[in-house]
Amino acid sequence: MEKRTDKNSYTIIFAIGMVLVVGTLLAYASSSLKDRITTNRELEKQQNILYAMGINENDESNAIFVSTQEAPKLFTEYIKKQLVIQGDKITEDNEAYLIDVKKEQTNAKAGKERRLPLFIGEKEGITYYIAPIRGKGLWDAIWAYIAMDENMVVQGAFFDHKGETAGLGANINKRFFMDDFIGEDLMSNGKFVGIKVAKGNADPLNIDKTDNEVDAIAGSTITGDGVSAMLRNELRLYVPYFENLKNN
Amino acid sequence: MGLLSKKDANLILDPLADNNPITIQVLGICSALAITAELKASLVMAISVIFVMGVGNVVISLMRNIIPSKIRIIVQLIVVATLVIIVDLVLKAFAYELSKTLSVFVGLIITNCIIMGRFEAFALANGTWRSFLDGIGNALGYGVILIIVGFFRELLGSGTLFGIPVLGDPIAKTGLYATGYENNGFMIMPPMALIVVGIIIWVQRSRNKALIED
Repeated sequence: MEKRTDKNSYTIIFAIGMVLVVGTLLAYASSSLKDRITTNRELEKQQNILYAMGINENDESNAIFVSTQEAPKLFTEYIKKQLVIQGDKITEDNEAYLIDVKKEQTNAKAGKERRLPLFIGEKEGITYYIAPIRGKGLWDAIWAYIAMDENMVVQGAFFDHKGETAGLGANINKRFFMDDFIGEDLMSNGKFVGIKVAKGNADPLNIDKTDNEVDAIAGSTITGDGVSAMLRNELRLYVPYFENLKNN
Repeated sequence: MGLLSKKDANLILDPLADNNPITIQVLGICSALAITAELKASLVMAISVIFVMGVGNVVISLMRNIIPSKIRIIVQLIVVATLVIIVDLVLKAFAYELSKTLSVFVGLIITNCIIMGRFEAFALANGTWRSFLDGIGNALGYGVILIIVGFFRELLGSGTLFGIPVLGDPIAKTGLYATGYENNGFMIMPPMALIVVGIIIWVQRSRNKALIED
């Protein structure tokens, strides 16, 4: 005799029921947790921006953010201005840090003018210009917050990724990689060249700060190339702003 | 194990050695290669899989009499995917830092063939408690291999364990590096995970001849 569960009608009803139950469950979980998740993401952005300008709780070897409780307070304290650059137009916007870089990149592809956020921070008399950028790694998105001085010399960098290989490409958010960028010049002889994540640059301690190169991580060639491309393509867009800054 | 009958205890102990999902059944190799370059990632993955397999096996076992056999694989996939996504959402809301560490593994857990294999081979035909033990046992067996592979790859490849240098500083040439020792960059490449797993399989079979296939 055919079992009850083998009937086509039962199978279809079961499938529909399962989809309904699972769908409702996931939709409920997602919508009820949405607010918290959004807040966490915003706090993370603030922590990242602060990290890039050197406001963090780093111990000897690990990258540690300021706590989520402290982040909003420190953010308003240290970030003096949030700018949105759109062509020649520069506007101030206190929620510029919420601009979705990914969306802006898609808009730019569709022919719309891209909004470039830039955060101006001040710490101990030094001004930091912090740009959020985004690119592609091996598996998924990578992004960074790069703090520069007015000559486009990197003062601090924070890298992160969505799904790079653990132990290899995922190490771009470790200090031994990020700290190498501090002091590196994005310009060479007055021209923007970016910073290359280079294999075999024979400078593992990164003593030469003017070679526009940092030492790559072994086993993560494609992630490293992604970082180089991201720095080159994205920070280039900020060059006109810095040139204006000098001329004024 | 006074708590468990001998038969139940075997559900946990068998997959740890003589019926190990990785070394004997050769399942779950993809994730074993992908994430064992460092010990911490191996440990996180092992814990995640223990959780998902324990709960997943129980859910499938509870549903075993009502799942239509024609679409059972799809049902299993949905169960494991739902579990993983809910856990991911809850972590994102309440333990954001942890969720960032785990995000890489979410996809890998859903497609882990050990999970599907145990649903199919055990949970669909056995009671809830036994399915739970079977799930935990197999996940432990998987985790043990992951941790062994991760230990050797991180130690020989990067000279660290859990990110802490244990052999000295390779650039300043201190500790073991002063004698001319070098990290083996090959160890952090995925193919070396396969070779380490191969060595474990070899050692295991040379100690227990009954495991050798014809």
